[in-house]
Amino acid sequence: MAKNDLFGASLWDEYSNKVTTLMNNPVNQGEITEEEAAAHGNKLIVADFGAESCGDAVRLYWEVDPETDVIEKAKFKSFGCGTAIASSDMMTELCVGKTVADAVKITNIDVEMALRDDPETPAVPPQKMHCSVMAYDVIKKAAGLYMGVDAESFEEEIIVCECARVSLGTLKEVIKLNDLTSIEQVTDYTKAGGFCKSCIKPGGHEEREYYLVDILADVRREMDEEKMKAAAEAGIDGDFESMTLVQKIKAIDAVVDENIRQFLIMDGGNMEVIDVKDSGENIDVYIRYLGACSGCASSSTGTLYAIEAALKEKLSDKVRVLPI
Amino acid sequence: MQVYMDNNATTMTDPKVVEVMLPFFSEKFGNPNSLHDYGRATHPDIAKAIDQVYSAVNASDNDDIVFTSCATESNNWVLKSVWVDKILNGDKNHIITTEVEHPSVLSTCRFLEEQGVNVTYLPVNEQGIVTAQTLAGFITDKTALVSVMWANNETGMIFPIKEMGEICKEKGVLFHSDGVQAVGKIPVDMQDVHVDFMSMSAHKFHGPKGIGALYIRNSQPLSPLLNGGEHMGGRRSGTLNVPYIVGMGKALELATENMEEKMAAIRAKRDRLEDALLEVIPDTFTVGDRDMRTPNTILISVRGVEGEGMLWDLNNAHIGASTGSACASEDLEANTVMLAIGADHELAHTGIRLSLSRFTTDEEVDYVIEHFRSAVERLRSISSSYAKVKPTPGGEATACEMHH
Repeated sequence: MAKNDLFGASLWDEYSNKVTTLMNNPVNQGEITEEEAAAHGNKLIVADFGAESCGDAVRLYWEVDPETDVIEKAKFKSFGCGTAIASSDMMTELCVGKTVADAVKITNIDVEMALRDDPETPAVPPQKMHCSVMAYDVIKKAAGLYMGVDAESFEEEIIVCECARVSLGTLKEVIKLNDLTSIEQVTDYTKAGGFCKSCIKPGGHEEREYYLVDILADVRREMDEEKMKAAAEAGIDGDFESMTLVQKIKAIDAVVDENIRQFLIMDGGNMEVIDVKDSGENIDVYIRYLGACSGCASSSTGTLYAIEAALKEKLSDKVRVLPI
Repeated sequence: MQVYMDNNATTMTDPKVVEVMLPFFSEKFGNPNSLHDYGRATHPDIAKAIDQVYSAVNASDNDDIVFTSCATESNNWVLKSVWVDKILNGDKNHIITTEVEHPSVLSTCRFLEEQGVNVTYLPVNEQGIVTAQTLAGFITDKTALVSVMWANNETGMIFPIKEMGEICKEKGVLFHSDGVQAVGKIPVDMQDVHVDFMSMSAHKFHGPKGIGALYIRNSQPLSPLLNGGEHMGGRRSGTLNVPYIVGMGKALELATENMEEKMAAIRAKRDRLEDALLEVIPDTFTVGDRDMRTPNTILISVRGVEGEGMLWDLNNAHIGASTGSACASEDLEANTVMLAIGADHELAHTGIRLSLSRFTTDEEVDYVIEHFRSAVERLRSISSSYAKVKPTPGGEATACEMHH
C-alpha cells in the first residue's frame, strides 16, 4: 500500500485500446456451419469451454484442411465480459494459418501480449488476466477433438497458476532455491497468484487442484526435513558447523567430558554449557563454572584457554568460549 | 442523451440542497462549539437540520440522531460498540446478521469473528429477504445484537423490520437496521417500529456525500466509536460538519415531503421500464416481488449476457447502471446477494441493476428501453448461449470445468 494504491484507477481505464476495440467490434465473432466447411473440403471442429453458470463460456469453431492440418478459418461465440470477448477474438486470430499442432502451443500469455498496445504495458488489469485463460483451454479442447486425443495430453506439466502459466515444478524450484517463506514472496518471484488469485488458497474465483499455500507449506516441510537429515548425517560425520543446536551441544559436552571435566573435578570444580550461539562467523559457547572453579583465578585465563583450545581442535576454529 | 440509473450507488445532490449548504463554507464558517457570534451564527441552522431529520423519520425527542461521516461509520459504530459493551464487558457472545448486508456490516462482522465473537449470517429466501420467523429461530440468550438491513441495495427488497423488531423486543435483544436504502425512498417511522439503532446516509437521498447519521432509540448507552471532545453530547466527537449537516437535513426534508406522491411517480416510471424490458426482451426475469421492493429498483437478469459486458455497452450509450457480476468487481468475488438468490448461479453473472430517482424523466426511461434492448441484441449475437451450431461430439461443456 502506498499513494498509488489509495485510489485505484477504474477497471476499464486499464484496458488497452486493442481490447476496447475488439470488445466493441469483435472481428471473428460468428459461427461456421458444417455445410460451409464441407464446401471448402475442410473439417469442422466446434469446442465449448466453460458454462454460463460459471460466468465464462466460449465456443470455438475451426475449419481445418484435412490434408495439411492447417486451420483455415476460426470463429467464436462467447458468453463473457468484454475482456473475454476481446481475448477470444484475438485467440481465433492467432489460430488462423497455423497447423493444429502449432495452435496448441498458443498460450493465454500469447493472447494477452497480442492485445497490448505497446509491449511494456499489460493489455488488461491483473484480475482480468484470467479471462484469456479460457481462450487457451478451448484451443486444447478443439485440438483434442481434431486429433482424437484427450485435451490434457497437450499439457506437459501441471500448471498451478493459469493466469501467469506457472508450473508446479517451477514453483517448487523457486521456493527452494530462494528460501521463500511467504505467498507474497512467491508472487514476487514467479508472478503466480498475482492475477485472479484463485490459485492462492481455496475459496477464490474458481476451484483449483493445487493451491500456493499448500505448495509452500509442503516445500517448506520438505526443506526442513532435508535440513534435519543433513544435520543428522553431519552428526555422524562429525561436521560440527552443519550440526543442529542440540547436536552441537552434545558434541561440545562430549569433548568437555573426554578432555576437560576430569581435571576440573580433580580441583573440586566443574562446568556446564549454558547456550550455543552460531552467528556464522563465530560459534559462541557460553559456559558457567561450578564449585571451586567459579572463584579460581585461572578460570578466566589458563583453564578457559585450555577449554577453548580443546573445542577448537576437536570441533571448529570458529568456537569462542565465553564464561558467564 | 445521458441517463443516470445507478441511484442506489449514489445520487445527484439536489441543487436546492447545494444552495442551502453554500453559506456555511465561507460566510457562516464558525465552529459551533465556539462561544463567539461566529460559532453561534450556525446554531439555528443546525437545530433546523436536526428537526428536519427527526421529523423525516418520525423519531421521538427522547431518541438521539447523531451525525456521522457516513453509514459505514454508523454501522461500524453499532457493531463494534455493542461488542465492547455487551460482549467484552458483558456476558453475551453472539451477533446475528444476514448474508446480504452491506460490506460495512459483513466485513465488520468478520473482524468481530476474528476477535472471538460468534456471528450467524442468516440466509435469504428466493425473494432475497430473511423472514422474521427465520430470525426468531436463531436468537439465543447469548445474542447481543441483531443487525438486518431495512432494504437491500441490489434487489430493493424490503425486509420485515417491524416484525423483526417485535421479536427482538420480546427476546430482549438489541436490534440494528442499516436503513441506507430505505430512508428517503420509503416511509421510515421510528415510532412505529422497535429498532434500537438505525444507520442512514445522505448521498442516497440527494444529499451530499460524507455525511450520515445513527439513530439511537431512547438515547440508550452505546460507547462512542470516536473519542474526543464533547460534540453531539459526547456521542460522536469531531467538529460538526455544518454545511453537510444542513445539507442532509434539507435533503431528507425534500425526499420525505409528499412522499407517497413522490414514490408513486418513481414507481410508475420504474414499472413502465420494467414491463417494457420484460416484454421486448425475451429470456429476462426480474428479482423480487415488485410490491415488496423500494419503488426505484429493478434487478433484471438477461440470459446469455454477462453483466460487465452489458454495463460496457450501456456505458457506450451513456447510461450508468450497475451489475453484481463477479467480472465487474476488483476482486472477482461474486456478489453475495446474487449468489444467495441466484437461480443456477446464472444471475450472479447476468444481473443488471437499474435504480431510478425522482429526477428520472419519462424521456430517460424511453431512452433506456431502446438502448438496453440494442445492447442485449448485440451481446446475444456474440453469445455462445445463443449459438446455433452444436459442438463436435465430445466438445460439449456442461458444468464449470476446472482449468488444467
